[in-house]
Amino acid sequence: MDTKVDTAAGEKIKIQVKDLNFYYGKFHALKHINLEIPERKVTAFIGPSGCGKSTLLRTFNRMFELYPEQRAEGQILVDGQDVLTTKTDVSLIRAKIGMVFQKPTPFPMSIYDNIAFGVRLFETLPRVEMDERVEWALKKAALWNEVKDKLQQSGSSLSGGQQQRLCIARGIAIKLEVLLLDEPCSALDPISTGKIEELIHELKADYTVMIVTHNMQQAARCSDYTAYMYLGDLVEFGPTSELFMKPKKKDTEDYITGRFG
Amino acid sequence: MSLFALDAGRLGLHRRRKAMNAVALTLSLGAMAFGLFWLAWILFETIRLGIGGMALTVFTEMTPPPMADSGGLLNAIVGSLLMVSLATALGTPIGILCGIYLAEYGKGRWLGNVTGFINDILLSAPSIVIGLFIYAVVVAQVKSFSGFAGILALALIVIPVVVRTTENMLSLIPNALREAAYALGTPKWKVISSVTLRAARAGVITGVLLALARIAGETAPLLFTALNNQFFTSNLGEPMASLPVTIFKYAMSPYENWRELAWVGVFLITLGVLGLNILARVLFRKKH
Repeated sequence: MDTKVDTAAGEKIKIQVKDLNFYYGKFHALKHINLEIPERKVTAFIGPSGCGKSTLLRTFNRMFELYPEQRAEGQILVDGQDVLTTKTDVSLIRAKIGMVFQKPTPFPMSIYDNIAFGVRLFETLPRVEMDERVEWALKKAALWNEVKDKLQQSGSSLSGGQQQRLCIARGIAIKLEVLLLDEPCSALDPISTGKIEELIHELKADYTVMIVTHNMQQAARCSDYTAYMYLGDLVEFGPTSELFMKPKKKDTEDYITGRFG
Repeated sequence: MSLFALDAGRLGLHRRRKAMNAVALTLSLGAMAFGLFWLAWILFETIRLGIGGMALTVFTEMTPPPMADSGGLLNAIVGSLLMVSLATALGTPIGILCGIYLAEYGKGRWLGNVTGFINDILLSAPSIVIGLFIYAVVVAQVKSFSGFAGILALALIVIPVVVRTTENMLSLIPNALREAAYALGTPKWKVISSVTLRAARAGVITGVLLALARIAGETAPLLFTALNNQFFTSNLGEPMASLPVTIFKYAMSPYENWRELAWVGVFLITLGVLGLNILARVLFRKKH
């Protein structure tokens, strides 16, 4: 099968997007997107508001299905398996492809239960193993040291940056492979943003990370690959250094140099 | 020159705004004082007239015949507690489930819109209409007034209140929280029961408590359903006494001892409703 296609750089491909079209009712929001996301790398999506970058991110875990007027056509192959066919169980896709949103969304329960909630959906673990899993996930999300003494406190008692890392830990705990970050820092202060960026850097050792961001410096700082989108088209995609240093398209150059957008 | 003129103009505007502010503030304070005045008077009169008749016998003896030396409200208190608590227990789950349907499933759908509209009508229906309705479909059919009929009538008042508050409280939960739960692969019923309903629980409980407070003082729905009973009964198949109906009957009587007991009943209900309202506020504040 064509699951593990090698790129020019010799990297494994985790996700292949093939001729993806997306519609909000009659509005054509994504136009014939073709894209290959390398495994264990950070891929950033940039572009002006309304260009479709968040829309694209929300097709990977079929989030759009919550809204009946939205639909996607085409293929998104994750490890060779098409996530867009209804044959694939949406819960299992979401267990493998986690998502973190613009605003932190701690569940109305304790820090411990915020992590254990997702785990309990898929596994029945004895207490000791659950404790270990929670600790493991919080350590992976670089939050353990800050919360280890107050696991029974409410998740919403944490700061915004901590809540965002809690949401990342929640996904890690269910052993996901792909992490979708939809403008995860836009509601955070610079110090919390720095911590999340550091975390993204550490996470790519184990996970394939995709991040939508309005902040071009952020894309330049923390991604390996960048996709520039405009009005539903994927204008340019390539290694971040190349895209920022010597963009192939004039549109991309105008956007990243601030002449437009 | 012109700079000065501009400043004078601004100053004038500023003065006008301050004057408007003072007028608005005075009007609001006046309105508040007007409302509070009557509330305080009602409370004062209730306490003044009610506290005199307070005695242990109120809680140990039955409603007396006219001009008796002793007597209490035991049968009415027990009847009210029984009917109010069972009506709440009956109406709350129905109301919460219906509220969940309206907020999480029925939004924008034909059945959801119709249910919401009918619920609004039920919410504003005069309680005497509900009493008469239960009289027609239950009391007249089984040919007997009963505690059960009273419970049904009160539950019909509880349901729309709980439906409305549950729906409103769930609608306040940001969609991002639902999406975050779905993003973990959570099934819909679990998203609602463990995340959204949980996030809205303080508001939902407040709604239930306010509904409870409302039916605690309802007289009209009980007049045609539970009727009254001057003896003690915990048998819901029989006519049953309640505080509001007892107050209604005693307060208009020419007998001194009945009128005194009526004020005691008013005092007890007011105290209970006040307590429930305070509890509802404390619960809601914790969350917001």
